[in-house]
Amino acid sequence: MTSIKAMNLSKAYGQTMAVSGLSFTVEPGQVTGFLGPNGAGKSTTMRMILGLDHPTGGSVVVDGVPYQQLRHPLRKVGALLDAKAVHGGRSARNHLLAIAQSNGLPASRADEVLELVGLREVAKRRIGGFSLGMSQRLGIAAALLGDPEILLFDEPVNGLDPDGILWIRTFMRKLAAEGKTVFVSSHLMSEMAQTADHLIVIGKGRLIADTSVSEFIGRSSQGFVRVRSPRLAEIAALLPGAELHHDHLRVNGMRPLEIGTLTTRAGLELEELTFVQPTLEAAYMELTKDSLEFSS
Amino acid sequence: MIDILRSEWTKIRSVRSTMWTLVSALVLMVVLGAVICLAVANNPAGNVPVQGDEGLGLSMMALPFASLAMATLGVLVISSEYRTGMIRTSLQAVPQRLTLLFGKVIVFTVVTLVFSLVTVFAAFFVGQAMLATVGLDTSIGGPEVLRALFGNALMLTASGLFGLALGSLIRHTPGAMVAAISLILVLPSLTSVLPGEWGRVVARYFTTNAGLQVTKTVVGEGALGPWPGFGVYLVWIAVVLVAGAFLLRRRDA
Repeated sequence: MTSIKAMNLSKAYGQTMAVSGLSFTVEPGQVTGFLGPNGAGKSTTMRMILGLDHPTGGSVVVDGVPYQQLRHPLRKVGALLDAKAVHGGRSARNHLLAIAQSNGLPASRADEVLELVGLREVAKRRIGGFSLGMSQRLGIAAALLGDPEILLFDEPVNGLDPDGILWIRTFMRKLAAEGKTVFVSSHLMSEMAQTADHLIVIGKGRLIADTSVSEFIGRSSQGFVRVRSPRLAEIAALLPGAELHHDHLRVNGMRPLEIGTLTTRAGLELEELTFVQPTLEAAYMELTKDSLEFSS
Repeated sequence: MIDILRSEWTKIRSVRSTMWTLVSALVLMVVLGAVICLAVANNPAGNVPVQGDEGLGLSMMALPFASLAMATLGVLVISSEYRTGMIRTSLQAVPQRLTLLFGKVIVFTVVTLVFSLVTVFAAFFVGQAMLATVGLDTSIGGPEVLRALFGNALMLTASGLFGLALGSLIRHTPGAMVAAISLILVLPSLTSVLPGEWGRVVARYFTTNAGLQVTKTVVGEGALGPWPGFGVYLVWIAVVLVAGAFLLRRRDA
């Protein structure tokens, strides 16, 4: 079983704690979303996993060993941190070839991954002229070179067009289905709702939640009941917890059955009575808000 | 290690700056040397008669400028990785940082040494052919001439390595270039104005003042010998490289 395990991981830049006391495990066979507002410490954590930044406290291991001790790390971990962090003067193929050779991978792998991400046509072109979408694909090609069991993506859909977003999303799902460990960071809730199975949420460098997506939504708030009726004002008078909106009522703290019973007894006809699950977005806002208040 | 050497070879041959800096060094050495030799050959009366190894020296006149071209390549080999962010990809692939740097140094040294030998011998034969028309040429069989020619090639290579060492220490292309120009070209000549015995010692041991002894057939008065002088230059480079390696290990990438 191949996973990423952080133990009390911390990183200070001078007086500022970018990451403090972070402990989590990323499991294989699923997409784990790494969520937090911008500046929460997501990229710093990813750089520490890859041995690029040195932790000021704690440790993080990949498959049980620190990244720096892996001999051919790309065969175990593939990562896309910043798609534009490449030498623009090199051709796509030479870029991938140099990376492949450093890990003892055959040159044919460079051609295979180019084919896989759909860049075969532009293999000989200089990377400097690539669009963001093409660079992103090239970055993913580089991450896949060693056919690793663990994949890290830092904000992979940032700045991509809808086609590109859909392509990456499908790709990550496919990798997870193959049993790989996929760890993907984002500050976009909606994105995670569509890709992730599991969530690790951080705010100000601290762990806020480490749960499945459904649990995360469930535990944050109770949801509400939406009521539509031609006699909205009269119904509102019956329900103490109701907020009157222009065409509906929003009722907190009551089940649909209770509301329906009350309105039936009062002889008020209903057009709609719906229990609304909280969105991941709402759950996230609620949790990160709490954590920010707590830590400041 | 062989994996890393292959990878670094792919990197160095797949960017244009490698070709441009090496071609500049070759053109500077051969063309500038030839022009100077031709000028002397066409106007021998206006000059003090060419003696000893002066024919050799005339054809190697562009060495300081070619050295800077080599140093530029050395700086770029590492600073371009920092500028573009490629260094993070490189370190992900090879997290053993010193091994990565070592691999770069080896590939760079082999590439530039081979190229420097070709350049220096080309500049020598072209230059001497110009001087031969008036019988002022230096023979390759002359005393210490072959050693001095290898010395010129070694100085080109070493100056390139100096650039690489400064690049790994400073990480920014312009900063490393200013340091390379200062240490290779500007400061060595300025040391001649330092006063007293102490000043003379500093001048003698200062970077290329020491290193250039290996490019001459005759040891100047009070100067270091050819190999000790070159050794001193290598020590300068080694100190900068060790400092760069130390920081590469410690710093976040």
